[in-house]
Amino acid sequence: MGNEERQMQFADVNDDVVRSLTETGRSYYIALATAIFVMLACFFFPWFYQLYYGIGAAGMNHPTVWGTYLASFVFWIGLSHSGTLLSCVLHITNSEWRKAMYRSAEAMTLFSLMVAATMVMVHVGRPWFIHWALPYPNQMELWPNFRSPLMFDVMAITTYVTGSLIFIYMGSIPDFAAVRDRTTGWRHHLYVLLSLGWRGTDTEWHRLGWAYTFLAVLIIPLAVSVHSIVSWDFAMSLVPGLHQTIFAPYFVVGAIYSGTAGIVTVMYVLRKYMNFEHFITKLHFDNLGKLLLVLSLIWTYINILELFTGWFSGTSTEYEQLKYKLFGFYAPLYWEMILFCAVAPLLLISKKFRTSFVPMLILSIAINIGMYTERFLIIGATLSRQYLPNAWRVYVPSLVEISILVGSLATFITLFLLFVKIFPSVSIYEVKETMETPKSKKGDTEWQAAH
Amino acid sequence: MNIMERFISSWQKYRKPGYYEDFDYAWTMSIDLDRCTGCSACVTACQAENNIPIVGEKELAKGREMHWIRIERYWEGEYPNAKLKFIPMLCQQCDAAPCETVCPVSATYHNQDGLNTQVYNRCIGTRSCAVYCPYEVRYFNYNSHHWDSPLDQQLNPDVSVREKGVMEKCTFCIQRVRQAKDHAKDDGRRRVQEGDIQPACVQTCPSEALVFGDRKDSNSKVAKSLADPRAYHVLDELNTLPSVVYLKKVDSDG
Repeated sequence: MGNEERQMQFADVNDDVVRSLTETGRSYYIALATAIFVMLACFFFPWFYQLYYGIGAAGMNHPTVWGTYLASFVFWIGLSHSGTLLSCVLHITNSEWRKAMYRSAEAMTLFSLMVAATMVMVHVGRPWFIHWALPYPNQMELWPNFRSPLMFDVMAITTYVTGSLIFIYMGSIPDFAAVRDRTTGWRHHLYVLLSLGWRGTDTEWHRLGWAYTFLAVLIIPLAVSVHSIVSWDFAMSLVPGLHQTIFAPYFVVGAIYSGTAGIVTVMYVLRKYMNFEHFITKLHFDNLGKLLLVLSLIWTYINILELFTGWFSGTSTEYEQLKYKLFGFYAPLYWEMILFCAVAPLLLISKKFRTSFVPMLILSIAINIGMYTERFLIIGATLSRQYLPNAWRVYVPSLVEISILVGSLATFITLFLLFVKIFPSVSIYEVKETMETPKSKKGDTEWQAAH
Repeated sequence: MNIMERFISSWQKYRKPGYYEDFDYAWTMSIDLDRCTGCSACVTACQAENNIPIVGEKELAKGREMHWIRIERYWEGEYPNAKLKFIPMLCQQCDAAPCETVCPVSATYHNQDGLNTQVYNRCIGTRSCAVYCPYEVRYFNYNSHHWDSPLDQQLNPDVSVREKGVMEKCTFCIQRVRQAKDHAKDDGRRRVQEGDIQPACVQTCPSEALVFGDRKDSNSKVAKSLADPRAYHVLDELNTLPSVVYLKKVDSDG
C-alpha cells in the first residue's frame, strides 16, 4: 500500500492521522452544523411532540401496532452488525486489508447501536418508564419478564454495546498515546486520560494483543446472537409470515449484508473527505465488494426459501400472507427490495465495478434502502394481514415517522462527525504493520520520529 | 418461618405438576351463535362499564377504534346467494396466552382466577402483546382521551381511566369478579356461586347468547356448554387454550 505517489513513511501515517484530528476545515463545521440542525429539527422536535400527544402522532393503527420505529430499530441494529463483527473475523483470520478500515467500521457499529437504542425509546408508548425493562432491585420487588423475547433483546443488545465499546477503545489505546505525544493544550490532556498511561513497552504490546484477540473471539458469537434474538421478537409470535424458523439466520445475514454496504458508504466518504486515499484503496473496495456479492446471494436464497415455506405450509393464513406480500398493497416495495438487494448486487461479479468508487457508493446506498424496505415489509406487510380478516387494515407511515427516520440518520452522522475528530479514525499502529520497514538511508531520526 | 423454609415451600408448590393450571376459578364465557342476533348491545354495555373512550371520527378513520368486544361481520358467497355471518370477538382469556410471555415488564399475566389480566400502571407500551395476540383483541391508547361534560360524570369509579401509551383489553369485568369474591367471603361462603357474577356484556345480552360462569363447577351452564357437540374455540389449531367457547350456528343447509 502507499505505492501510488511516493513511498509512505511511518511518520507520514502519524502526520496524516493527527492532522485529521487537529486541522478542521470550514466544510467540516458546515457539515456538523447541518447535521446537528437536522437532528434537532427532524428527530427531537417531532419526538417531543409525540411524547406530548401520544404514539397517535405516528400512523399506526389497530392490527398494525408496530411501524417504522421498530423497522428503524431493526435496521440500525443490522447496520451495527458488520462493523465489529467484520473487524473481529478479519482480525482472527489475519487479513491485512482490514487494518486501514476497521476503526471506522467499529465506530459505525457503536453509533448505530446508540441510534437503535434511541429508536426503542421513540417506539414505546411510555418511554419515561423504559427502565422497568431493566432488572434492577426495587422496593416493589418487581422484575422484568425473563420469558419475553424483548427481554432477551435488552440483554443481548446491552452486552453487544458493552463488548463493542471495550473492543474499539482497547484497540485505540496505542493510537491515543501516539496522538497524545503529538498534541498540545486541551487535546493533550484528553489523550493523556484516554491513553491510560500507555508507554509502548513489550509487556504492554503483548497484553494488548492477547486481550484484543480474546475479545475478537468473544464478540463473534455475540454478534450472531444479537440479531438472532432480534429476529425472535418476530419469529416467536404466532403471526403468519413471521412465525418461521428461518428468521434467525435471515436476520443475521441481512444484518451483515446491510452493515457491509454501510461500511462501503463510510469508506467512500472517509476516503473522499478525510484525505485517506493512501490508506483506503481499491483493494478494500474490491474485497468488500466480493463480500457483498456473497452476502447478497445468501440473502436471495433465504428470501426464496421464505416464499417456499409459506407456500409449502398449505395453510390459508400463510398462503394469504404470501399472496399479499407479492401482489398486495405493499407489492411495489417488495419488488423494489428485490431489485436493490438481489438483482443490482449481481453487478459485483465484474471486477471493474468493484474497483470503481462511485458505482460502489451508489450500490451500497441502494442496498441499504432495500434493506430498510425489507424491515418495513416484515413489520408493516405482515401485521396488516393476520388471522381474522375483519381486522385487516393497511398501514401508512405518518409525517412524524418519516421525519424521525430522516432525523435518526442525522443523529448517526452527527455522532460520526464528532467521532472523526476525537478518535484516530484510521489505526496508526496497525497501518504501519502493513507497510515496509523504513530504510535507514536517511539516518535514524525518521525512525525515531515515527515512534 | 425463616426465609429458607419459605423458599423451599414455594419451590415445592411450583414443583407440583400442573400447578399452572390449578386456578381458584376458571372463568369461562360461552357464546351461542344460534342465539346471537348481532344487536351490539354487548358492545355498548362494555363501553359504558369499562370507561372505554369514544375515539371520534378522525381516529376511527385511522383505524384506532376501541371496542373490548366487537361484532365481526363476514359475507359469504356472491350477491344473490350472499349470506351474512357474524361473531362477537373479545379477549379469549387464553390459558396459554402468547401475549403474556412477550411482555417484557409482565404487565399482562395470568391471575389465580385463570384470567388474563392487564396492569395498566405497569404497561410501558411496547405493543408486542397486540402483535402476539392472534385474535386482535388488544387495543392501544394512541393518545389520552377525554370525556365531554356531562359524560365525565358517568365514568365507572371501579375501573381506571387509561392514559396515552397503555394497552387495554377485555378483563371479563374483573371489578365485578372481585366484588363477587368479596361478597362471598363476607357471607361466609367459600366459593362464588353460579349467577353471582355477570360481566356487563352478559348482563345486557337480550337473547342470552352470552353465558358466564366457572367451568370448574361441573353443574354450571358453561361447563355444560363445553360438552355441547356444537362447542368450538376460535383458532383452536394455535393451541392457545382460550376460555371463551363458541357454540356453532346450525343452519338449515348444515
